[in-house]
Amino acid sequence: MASKFTRSNRTGFLMAGPAVFLIGCFVILPFLFAIAFSFTNQRLMSPNPTEWVGLSNYEALLGLGTLTLEPEKDATGAVVMEDGEPKFPATRSFTRGNPDYPQLAGMREWFSFDHGGSRTFVLARDVVFMTAVVNTFLFVIIVAPVQAGIALGLALLINQRLRGINVFRAIYFMPVVVSIVVVSLLWRLIYDGQSGLLNNLLSAVSFGMIPQIDWLGNPDTALGAIIGMSIWQAVGFHMVIWLSGLQTISPTLYEAAAIEGASKTQVFRYITWPGLRNTAVLILIVITMQAFGLFAQIDVMTNGGPLDSTQTIVFQAVERGYVKKDISGGSAISVVLFVIVLSISLIQRWLTREKS
Amino acid sequence: MAGISLKGLRKSYGTAHVIKGVDIEIEEGEFCVFVGPSGCGKSTLLRMIAGLEDISGGDLTIDAKRVNDLPPSERGVAMVFQSYAIFPHMTVRENVAFGLTIAGASKEEKEAKVAEAARILQMEHLLDRRPSQLSGGQRQRVAIGRAIVRKPKVFLFDEPLSNLDAALRMDMRMEIGKLHHQLGATMIYVTHDQVEAMTLADKIVVLKEGRVMQIGAPMELYHNPANLFVAGFLGAPSMNFLEVTVQGVTGDKALVSSPVLAPIEVSAKRGPFAPGARAILGLRPQYLSVAEGGQLSGKVALTERLGSETVLDIETADGKSLVAALAQDAVFPIGTPVTLRFDAEKAHLFQPEETASQPH
Repeated sequence: MASKFTRSNRTGFLMAGPAVFLIGCFVILPFLFAIAFSFTNQRLMSPNPTEWVGLSNYEALLGLGTLTLEPEKDATGAVVMEDGEPKFPATRSFTRGNPDYPQLAGMREWFSFDHGGSRTFVLARDVVFMTAVVNTFLFVIIVAPVQAGIALGLALLINQRLRGINVFRAIYFMPVVVSIVVVSLLWRLIYDGQSGLLNNLLSAVSFGMIPQIDWLGNPDTALGAIIGMSIWQAVGFHMVIWLSGLQTISPTLYEAAAIEGASKTQVFRYITWPGLRNTAVLILIVITMQAFGLFAQIDVMTNGGPLDSTQTIVFQAVERGYVKKDISGGSAISVVLFVIVLSISLIQRWLTREKS
Repeated sequence: MAGISLKGLRKSYGTAHVIKGVDIEIEEGEFCVFVGPSGCGKSTLLRMIAGLEDISGGDLTIDAKRVNDLPPSERGVAMVFQSYAIFPHMTVRENVAFGLTIAGASKEEKEAKVAEAARILQMEHLLDRRPSQLSGGQRQRVAIGRAIVRKPKVFLFDEPLSNLDAALRMDMRMEIGKLHHQLGATMIYVTHDQVEAMTLADKIVVLKEGRVMQIGAPMELYHNPANLFVAGFLGAPSMNFLEVTVQGVTGDKALVSSPVLAPIEVSAKRGPFAPGARAILGLRPQYLSVAEGGQLSGKVALTERLGSETVLDIETADGKSLVAALAQDAVFPIGTPVTLRFDAEKAHLFQPEETASQPH
């Protein structure tokens, strides 16, 4: 005979059941599968049986090596110059079938730097993935503070009692409601190299001084263009979170500060900002997580190009898993991303913890 | 420290007139209490003095200087809020020193002034705590501490004790009274609690619907209310009002009677009263006594024994209710017929057109 407690528990489980089932199917299982696949050579479609390959997917992804070389010298011992620069031996001769350097086999040059006449080459087993990691971090490091800052500024502006303030709230929030794919398509037109809105605007305000720029077609501007558009798209969402934080601060605190003679900056420093502490932590973590997941904009606007200048971690994961049908490689990337995001969130939590 | 003068002060929100021309003179060092029912405008009036609300009309002068358009910080006032308004992320020390921090005071000055305020309020042991670790009474002390470090000319209290429980409220009330004696500063205190008003005030301002009903010392208002509203508002239990008919007027006396009251001659200073007109006779429950051959009669409907006094609810022959507060601890079974005696000197005769408000 079941007690009342277990019976009511059963009802509870029954009610939670559908949600638990769906979350299990589409979140927890894929998560576990991804971890498992990343240690195999599983492909999307393959006649060969799946094999356990240990960490080799991770090695292929994260393998790094360095090679320090002296410049080539001619018979007299003088440095051989080429185009005004010292000539170094080709790294190819070390990474392709060189039995003296087995650990560098198959690697490619990522970047290099000079010191004291010699040059150190940093080699990566997967240069595209490394580029994707750097781009993603760059994206996060720029987007998180800039987006949070602009969102806070907007929230402070729309937190006033003015006639028609709701119109402004709606306008700033609108891009959030529009699908990121649609936004990306529209911004492709704005960034267009020939007749884009941005180019026309710049040429109009500068009386034709600023030349036409192919924003998405130029490796120097493509990532910046995507950063700008991404900040614009989601800023309204974070503005609303800031706004809710602002409205939890008691108005009497502001009155007390007014009586004490606090200036606007002092009010912000001593009342508003401390009152927004928890909101700030939340926003920072949410933006960081969203920024690490950068994918749709890339997929619609640049496909990772030009010259891999807009490759990102998630774009690489999808590219590898579904385009190249290398599910295990894609899974390994997802696991790496998971570890990165988890560590950063934990560090942020620790840094912003309540110090008592 | 300074005197404050309100001349024809008005406040309107659009077409809604909240303060309808208020004139009050507050002397330097005086403890002035604004009292009235909810919505009478007392808090709005205080906030106008503080500078938190704009003044729609009239003149506000502090220390002989017109301050209508000065920001709050330049009026030399400090305010203690009902919700305390202490900053949750600062320690007590930082809270108390807030005004000094804003003004850019040196560390030594802050230390010294905070220490002095903490000594006055006996909260030295609380200085390093955070507001979340304090009780309601302690928080209120912090709020008062923040007010006194700046040595303001005027202290403003906006219902500072409303969020405290009854016992603590009495303690803090006494503390505030002592603080006033200690500092000798001008204080304006808003409350809806007549006990706070009676015990703390040098001067009470009774407000109703944005108008001053009467200004005076507590006992003056109690013994000599200017109108039905003040009479009904001050005193607990509140004053009994009896509808009477004026039989005749001689000098400053009027002879009145009603179906339950034998003709009696009372003071008619709130006149003029015309013979045959209706009037209201006010009788404080404390001045009614149960005695043989009293002027009023009825049956006991309810007895409340409070220890220090016994409150009788008496139903008169015409179905009205009278309250008598007897000093003795007496037992009257329900239904006992009694007669009540009162001293004609202690009765107040009011014009009937003055609308009696519901005493709370």
